[in-house]
Amino acid sequence: MNSAHDLGGQMGFGPVVPEKDEPIFHADWEKKVLAINVAAGAMGAWTIDGIRHARESLPPAQYLSSSYYQIWLAALDKMLVEQGFLSKDELASGVAGSTRREPKRVLKGEEVPTVLRRGFPYEREAPAPARFKVGDTVRTIVMHPQHHTRLPRYARGKQGVIELVTGCHVFPDTGAHGAPETAQWLYTVVFTGPELWGRDADPTTTVSIEAWESYLEPA
Amino acid sequence: MSGHDHHHHHDHEHDNHFTPIEARVKALESLMVEKGYVDPSALDAIIDTYETKIGPRNGARVVAKAWSDPAYAARLKADGTAAVAELGYGGRGGEHIVACFNTPEEHNLIVCTLCSCYPWPVLGLPPVWYKSPPYRSKAVIDPRGTLADFGVTLPEGQRIRVWDSTAETRFIVVPMRPAGTEGWSEDELASIVSRDSMIGVGLPSPEDRS
Repeated sequence: MNSAHDLGGQMGFGPVVPEKDEPIFHADWEKKVLAINVAAGAMGAWTIDGIRHARESLPPAQYLSSSYYQIWLAALDKMLVEQGFLSKDELASGVAGSTRREPKRVLKGEEVPTVLRRGFPYEREAPAPARFKVGDTVRTIVMHPQHHTRLPRYARGKQGVIELVTGCHVFPDTGAHGAPETAQWLYTVVFTGPELWGRDADPTTTVSIEAWESYLEPA
Repeated sequence: MSGHDHHHHHDHEHDNHFTPIEARVKALESLMVEKGYVDPSALDAIIDTYETKIGPRNGARVVAKAWSDPAYAARLKADGTAAVAELGYGGRGGEHIVACFNTPEEHNLIVCTLCSCYPWPVLGLPPVWYKSPPYRSKAVIDPRGTLADFGVTLPEGQRIRVWDSTAETRFIVVPMRPAGTEGWSEDELASIVSRDSMIGVGLPSPEDRS
């Protein structure tokens, strides 16, 4: 969806201001949000794209005025309610009521090193050969879906070149919304600065995105 | 900021000691633990992992080894995931890793315009600026201006390649080994490889040796 999260090329946010000797966390609550987010994800009730969609579908004004851990917290609260694990009243009061859903699994403390080290690989067996090969010229499709997508607005309807065939990866656009998992070929597609940003753009810069096969057409 | 509290209680969300967001997170944690959705020891283990075990020193070891060992550099270029796994790194937030080697002709810059994708196993958790609108909006449309915000000016004629992390591939920049580091050990080399240089917003300098 065309929401506030799709930031590439937007203007007016001012310069990047790095913090000198930035700590890993700025408050203890941030640590807990990180940890609960990881542990809740391990319950297996949603995909990484499902929780991304919960974040990016926050109201734009809220998204842009929140820190990233605040965004994570708001999305996690929303997801836990939507998925039937908690109620809004429980979250507001902090008092446990009768809302309950059985998680597929609960991440145990002793499993954490192994689970984090293994991660959740996204490559799958390919159902068909890749449509494009390295060096092919392609054009990204134009679309403005209401649902989750990983094709950024600035790279829609643009001509680029396939630089790498990454593999067959889990497709985010449908998986974010609870559909059964599917996978598509994933490519690194490179665009010139002027193709993306017009004739005044710096011709000595290029930008690549990772694009699933259905985002691409032959050019 | 409140003191670190590893235990959970049911009453402290109303404690005036906490700011609103602290109270909210405490309430969420209590509910998740009480309903058996999360194991408190898992929360502690996750925090400990990202505070003490995983961080940009991992990535610095990868870069230092690539600088020291041409065969390793070739493996890192061919299959980043396998090459970082040789050093024991990989997993959540970096299941598929691609190493982007800077050259005299081209400098690499990593961004995630859509969220906050970042190579956790080799760089740890991303800094606030990496997740914030100024960087995410500007890096793709004005990469040279973005580098200028970090005080970095590239040599005349060096191109810039920006990598937008729109899938589960995670990128790490391998900066060029600076002159003046001949004969250094891998530990000495690793000491000058900053987090920023592996995102592409910094350059290593021999003067940073520790």
